[in-house]
Amino acid sequence: MENLVEVRDLKVEATTDSGRRVEIIKGVSLDIAPGEIVALIGESGSGKTTIALTLMGYTRSGCSISGGTVRIAGKDMVTLSERERAGIRGTEVAYVPQSAAAAFNPAQRIIEQVVEVTRIHRLMPAEEARQKAVELFRALSLPNPETIGGRYPHQVSGGQLQRLSAAMALIGDPRLVIFDEPTTALDVTTQIEVLRAFKSVMKKGGISGVYVSHDLAVVAQIADRIVVLRNGEVQEVGATADILTRAQHPYTRELLAAFEPKPRGEETVVEERKVLLEIKGLSAGYGPIQADGQPLVRAVQDVSLTVEKGRNLGIIGESGCGKSTLARAIAGILPASSGTILFDKSELEGSVRQRSRDHLREMQIVFQYADTALNPAKSIEEILGRPLMFYHGMKGKQRDSRIDQLLDMVHLPKTLRHRRPQELSGGQKQRVNFARALAAEPKLIICDEVTSALDTVVAAAIIELLKELQRELSLSYIFISHDLSVVEAICDEIVVMYGGRKVEEITPAVLKAPQHPYSKLLFSSVPRLDPSWLDTLELDPELVTTYGHR
Amino acid sequence: MSTYVLNLIAVRLLIAALTLLIVSFAVFFATAMLPGDTATILLGQAATPEAVAGLRTAMHLDDPAYLRFLRWLGGFLSGDLGTSYVNNVAVADLIGGRFINTMRLAGITTLFSVPLALTLGITAAMFRGSLYDRAVTILTIGVISIPEFMVATSAVLVFSVYLKWLPALSFANDVTSVWQMLQVYAMPVISLTFVVAAQMIRMTRAAVIDTINTPYVETALLKGASRPRMVLRHALPNAVGPIVNAVALSLSYLVGGVIIVETIFNYPGIAKLMVDGVATRDLPLIQSCAMIFCIGYLSLITLADIIAILANPRLR
Repeated sequence: MENLVEVRDLKVEATTDSGRRVEIIKGVSLDIAPGEIVALIGESGSGKTTIALTLMGYTRSGCSISGGTVRIAGKDMVTLSERERAGIRGTEVAYVPQSAAAAFNPAQRIIEQVVEVTRIHRLMPAEEARQKAVELFRALSLPNPETIGGRYPHQVSGGQLQRLSAAMALIGDPRLVIFDEPTTALDVTTQIEVLRAFKSVMKKGGISGVYVSHDLAVVAQIADRIVVLRNGEVQEVGATADILTRAQHPYTRELLAAFEPKPRGEETVVEERKVLLEIKGLSAGYGPIQADGQPLVRAVQDVSLTVEKGRNLGIIGESGCGKSTLARAIAGILPASSGTILFDKSELEGSVRQRSRDHLREMQIVFQYADTALNPAKSIEEILGRPLMFYHGMKGKQRDSRIDQLLDMVHLPKTLRHRRPQELSGGQKQRVNFARALAAEPKLIICDEVTSALDTVVAAAIIELLKELQRELSLSYIFISHDLSVVEAICDEIVVMYGGRKVEEITPAVLKAPQHPYSKLLFSSVPRLDPSWLDTLELDPELVTTYGHR
Repeated sequence: MSTYVLNLIAVRLLIAALTLLIVSFAVFFATAMLPGDTATILLGQAATPEAVAGLRTAMHLDDPAYLRFLRWLGGFLSGDLGTSYVNNVAVADLIGGRFINTMRLAGITTLFSVPLALTLGITAAMFRGSLYDRAVTILTIGVISIPEFMVATSAVLVFSVYLKWLPALSFANDVTSVWQMLQVYAMPVISLTFVVAAQMIRMTRAAVIDTINTPYVETALLKGASRPRMVLRHALPNAVGPIVNAVALSLSYLVGGVIIVETIFNYPGIAKLMVDGVATRDLPLIQSCAMIFCIGYLSLITLADIIAILANPRLR
């Protein structure tokens, strides 16, 4: 059978800020058969999106195809004229973007944008196009398929938008659809719905697909073959089952290893269990204070929890469940509207401004984006020296040697101290972010999604570092994440939050299975590496309608 | 339209009214601080002290400043702009005809410059980096850099002195045919268009390019849309807010800033009247002109804000 897509020795160059030309795709070749779904997998910067976009003859600004051929059904996208390429886009090759929220024009109704492909290429009359769009909405199991198109993009949820953008791609009956990390921005419970909808539509239509992702477990559910990329080069190609079970290339094995569940062993044996942090009936939120003393939007309602010395608490939930607000309330950045915070047997003030310097020192917070948390104008030395000066009054030689110690603790070379944050990699920046919290010599560190912005392999290394530091310094962590596997890897207790409330507390060492219906749904929605997971997964439909945001 | 949008617009209008009050305060006290005593100026150096004192009382000049301010503001709000010190004519009558002349000049310039600027700005953004875009950019930067009196005097030199096509002075009041009107307005309108259009072209181009770089325009491109379609249907509707603000800012210049052009072409507009008022220390006239400029400026900016609010589908 003839291949639908044949990429041969593709090279893409990018122009750097200084005007130098750098090759970012270094001779990639791949084939896609009709009806086959191929996944491009790799970490950020591996060139997976760039390759996917060249299938439409498109490169983002600053990049250009410098060599090779990209044949779609026999036509070379590289040598076609811009007008000929435009004729192929939307009708033969279509694109489902990473963030549907950004990919919809905010000023137009959804239906107009979905049927636009038929209007651009004059495929069918307007009424027929509308009918077809409604059919696609139904096939993608969107609610109210007849009327949902009449809304504006900001009036539907993220998961719905992602499916609507798939409808937008499918309306021109393309032979190849490119999915660019279409579920990365979604919650796990929503992701399942979207993945299922994509899979059934693609299989029914016999459409070929390119699925770009960094998540092996998601890819395992939908792809027939996997192409592993790194630094613009193909590392390994193979059928999905082969890659998952018999990976040849060391980099692929590394990716797989990062995925292995590493539940926390009972390695930290604490002599006597002492309560470090106790929170009772904490509520917090945003907006003007109402008559009952509570803010207008209550993001966290009546949450109680305890953290013991040397043990870790995980807080898990979907976006908007209030987990980050809870972290901010504990740290005092957003003063709680009611409830008490007992830390090391003394009650803390609600606001960070009123807390004593010692209390501030003993509880540190590490934010998700090291990029924005570190001052880009300061060197690493200054960034780490500031808390040493502020909390411990360290100066001169003493401070210098302490900075060296801190860098050593987070496994960074001492030579890094004169660099600025933008000269470091994402993982290194997160380590510096951590070292800054350690500089205060805290008892408790609140980690707010610290691994979410990192690639899988890098994130796994950060988790290892956290465990190691805990053994050495007898720290406690509050670990906030939407990613269950990360939380399971490091936490002794897991609190599940939904709609601003704590719905369940689980101690994995004692009882692994969640009891609350929402926790059950959440836990079972996390994709597994097993390719048959999605097809065999049975979710209680009642649970999905109650808790799934859809 | 939701009550939320109505509220938002009401707040904008309220802010505009408040701004106007503060401006009127500033205008009144700034003119009051001008050196020289009004009564002495009016009566001349040779006036007797008794005559000066009498005039002061008659004009309430001895009242406390806030009383005079309130009296002046009250008069202004009820349409009484005061009486000219120089020739004892009601300021409203002095301004009346001149105001219409200025509005006519501003209106014709707007009709001419806004479509021109938007077309140039949008097409330059559409073909960014092309020879056409660079030509437009160089031209607009050139025009911004040349002061308007230079443009105006050069125009007079070329078209009136050498070519003798157009009259050097604009006598707006004795226009009887369309051809005459074209002759009279051609040079002032062209000079003003040079000044206001350049800014609008730059801002429109920047606003459209900003939205071209968004993922939804990239999506349109990947749907196979042509460049004009991408820009006109996807980028432009989302750039309306910044564009109307740029247009309003540029046009507000026409209300008050046409002084040089009016003077060079001897065009009987309100800006020239104000300059004359300054020369003769005619305080009520200066105050009224200043207030009219401010009102024009504020209403343009407020209008732009309201259009930007209405153009945002999230608020609909």
